[in-house]
Amino acid sequence: MNRIVRNPLFWPVIALVLLLAASALFNPSFIRLTWHDGHLYGSVIDILNRAAPLIVVSLGMTLVIAVRGLDISVGAVVAIAAAVSALMIGGSFSATGEVQSANPLWLALATALAVAAACGLWNGLLVVKAGMQPIVATLILMVAGRGIAQLLTGGQIITVYYPPFFTLGNGFLLGLPVALWIAGLLWASLHLVLSRTALGLFVRSIGGNPEAARVAGVRSSAITLCVYTFCGLAAGVAGLIVSSNVKSADANNAGQLLELDAILAVTLGGTALTGGRFTLAGTVIGALIIQTLTSMIYSLGVPPEVNLVVKAALVFAVMLLQSAEFRQLVARTARPNKPLEGEKR
Amino acid sequence: MNDPAIVLRARGISRAFPGVQALCGAELTLRAGEVHALMGQNGAGKSTLIKVLTGVHAPDAGSIELLGNAVSPESPIHAQQLGISAVHQESHLLPNLSVAENICAGRYPRHPWTRGGGIDWRETERRAAELLASLGIRLDVTQLAGGLPAALQQLATVARAVATDARVLILDEPTSSLDADEVQALFTLIRRLRDKGVAILFVTHFLDQVYDICDRMTILRNGRFVGEYTCAQLDTHGLVAAMVGRELAASPAAAPEHVAENATAPPVLAARNLSRRGQLKPLDIDLRPGEVLGLAGLLGSGRTELARLLFALDPRDTGEISVDGKPARLDHPADALRLGLGFCPEDRKHSGIIADLSVRENIALALQARMGLTKFLGLTEQRQIAEKLVAALGVKTSSIETPIGQLSGGNQQKAIIARWLATQPRVLILDEPTRGIDVAAKQELMNEILELARGGTAVLFISAEIDEVVRVSDRILVLRDRAKAGELPGGATEDQVYSLIAASHS
Repeated sequence: MNRIVRNPLFWPVIALVLLLAASALFNPSFIRLTWHDGHLYGSVIDILNRAAPLIVVSLGMTLVIAVRGLDISVGAVVAIAAAVSALMIGGSFSATGEVQSANPLWLALATALAVAAACGLWNGLLVVKAGMQPIVATLILMVAGRGIAQLLTGGQIITVYYPPFFTLGNGFLLGLPVALWIAGLLWASLHLVLSRTALGLFVRSIGGNPEAARVAGVRSSAITLCVYTFCGLAAGVAGLIVSSNVKSADANNAGQLLELDAILAVTLGGTALTGGRFTLAGTVIGALIIQTLTSMIYSLGVPPEVNLVVKAALVFAVMLLQSAEFRQLVARTARPNKPLEGEKR
Repeated sequence: MNDPAIVLRARGISRAFPGVQALCGAELTLRAGEVHALMGQNGAGKSTLIKVLTGVHAPDAGSIELLGNAVSPESPIHAQQLGISAVHQESHLLPNLSVAENICAGRYPRHPWTRGGGIDWRETERRAAELLASLGIRLDVTQLAGGLPAALQQLATVARAVATDARVLILDEPTSSLDADEVQALFTLIRRLRDKGVAILFVTHFLDQVYDICDRMTILRNGRFVGEYTCAQLDTHGLVAAMVGRELAASPAAAPEHVAENATAPPVLAARNLSRRGQLKPLDIDLRPGEVLGLAGLLGSGRTELARLLFALDPRDTGEISVDGKPARLDHPADALRLGLGFCPEDRKHSGIIADLSVRENIALALQARMGLTKFLGLTEQRQIAEKLVAALGVKTSSIETPIGQLSGGNQQKAIIARWLATQPRVLILDEPTRGIDVAAKQELMNEILELARGGTAVLFISAEIDEVVRVSDRILVLRDRAKAGELPGGATEDQVYSLIAASHS
């Protein structure tokens, strides 16, 4: 029992389960799953589907945070990737009434991802080579990135008319949303890379003590660059999902404040912002917590003007639940005569 | 038993941590106007006892009496309010504040005009200056603490600790980063405090310092109380025996016999004209397989700087480095690692251990870095390597999965050496490997070094303690003022080394 409680994922999972239970309590149809046209439908599937972009971005963010970095430009990179893909696909009606893409779909997707990865590389160069503080370095692209996206779209919302592109954000594969498959695939491959190569050990050692890692012969700069590049790439994938989902690219609003949700998801999952030890599974749970919260607020019919306040209160409650100090305080207040919990094990 | 001079008495103190019984019935009695040494090997429980006294840890059992009243410090601040102050190994001044601000931190005098709203900086400086003057420390209190030499910072830290009318002052390895003159300055301060009636607890690994300044000592071994002695009762030999729990074999004679055979062997590592501005003047150095090259010199003579240049931790301005006679590209520690070099840094906490990671991960790190990203060692292999080295070096840890930060200093040091042994280095640079570890562990470590050299590894051994250098080295390179002062063959005496070091100072 003790071992389960001390598992770093224990409290995040409890938080998620409590939120899901609360949703089900307020809305009994919440847990209902239906099979329709070979697709699985239901609120839970909906949450998973909507959480996919956040999961993807947060996975990249986890690694960046693990090497003592931070990337607050991911929201802007989402907008850039969305703009690039929408521009390159566009779509026009041919004489036969069929919709055609301006460029081959694969080329559009690859270009968008390459641009996103380049954005990540740029961030990494500023941090590693120019020695900037990560938050400042990525602040540049956070501000400039949206400007670039607006420049690309000419300040308009670009609508995409080419149906095959919609699969990413709206399609289903084997009954589950394609976006969910993408997030799952990314998680699985990242997990594989981290467990089959020394990347995990290197990332943890760079985050734990960069100087000691260097003395031990770890090429910290190269690895940190790769991690930022991957974070940009992940933001690009999220951008594709988002623009495909809404069938357009909105330079102003795509990925708005996504960076903060991603940082929150990483933190909720139990990865320390100080770097070092990290958990991908925790991050996925953190992202699910955030999406569940958002969905719950909508399904409760909370008026839009108090929406954010309710969300803030719920996030606050979740954070308290996960704070070891707070739990100790509660335990001590409940049993005033007992000494500090956790002091004696 | 009711000696009126007794200020603090701790009885039957026990404290356990997961997997370790750190203290088991420890006793300590401190008297006013005496300097009391707390002695013991690494892991004997010295740090834990200090942490219990200063309220960092609560004891599982036992009692603490201060001036006859039972007390139980709950936090370092509470302990300070009770009159128990502590100074730790590394000075804890805030570098960007002035000396006066540091000394009065937490109890700044308020400005009378603002009804306690603002701080009276002039009064702050006056009080700090007065305190330092009363302790005989000459220091400009308006200076930034970060700009002071380590020794003056240490003195200011001690002054800050006694500013709260401390009855008990605990000094935890205050001399480990000071050189001989600085130690004397600190001792003058300690004696002055002693004469004022402060009860002082002094923890150090330097035995001569114990006899220099202490009146009495308490010895701990494996968390248990061994005994309390006056310094006259117990000589060095008896002290070491009591700490270790057995008679130490006399130190092995210097000058291993295999000197002659490898004196002509081609060097495995050679540097020509190696220099870096402000750090090291150009010098040549050769390391032959199977030899221990000692590097001696005072603090700031360029010992560490030379080592860092050889391992490419700092970029060199001039100099060619060759390995096996072939010019080597050496721009990053990873290059050094690939060429078969290893480096145990002097500053264990800052550039050695990765505190949050397990002993296993810390040991596997360098080998994995050499093998690269894709050739992953895997958990089983990492475990095997770590288990083997932990056993071979006698690292005391409850498990190889314990975070290395939880180990005692000497065991951390051994684990870092294990990290490099795992790479089977051809050249191993050890920068102050014996700093902060106890006598018995030092002995083991020196034997380990000789063993390594016998196996063909070239060892560059750096130590501030000349007797150690003399004891293990086949050759001794003496540095002075960031340049080579001379070279001595194995079997040279300490005096010969000192005369080289001192040549230009006389």
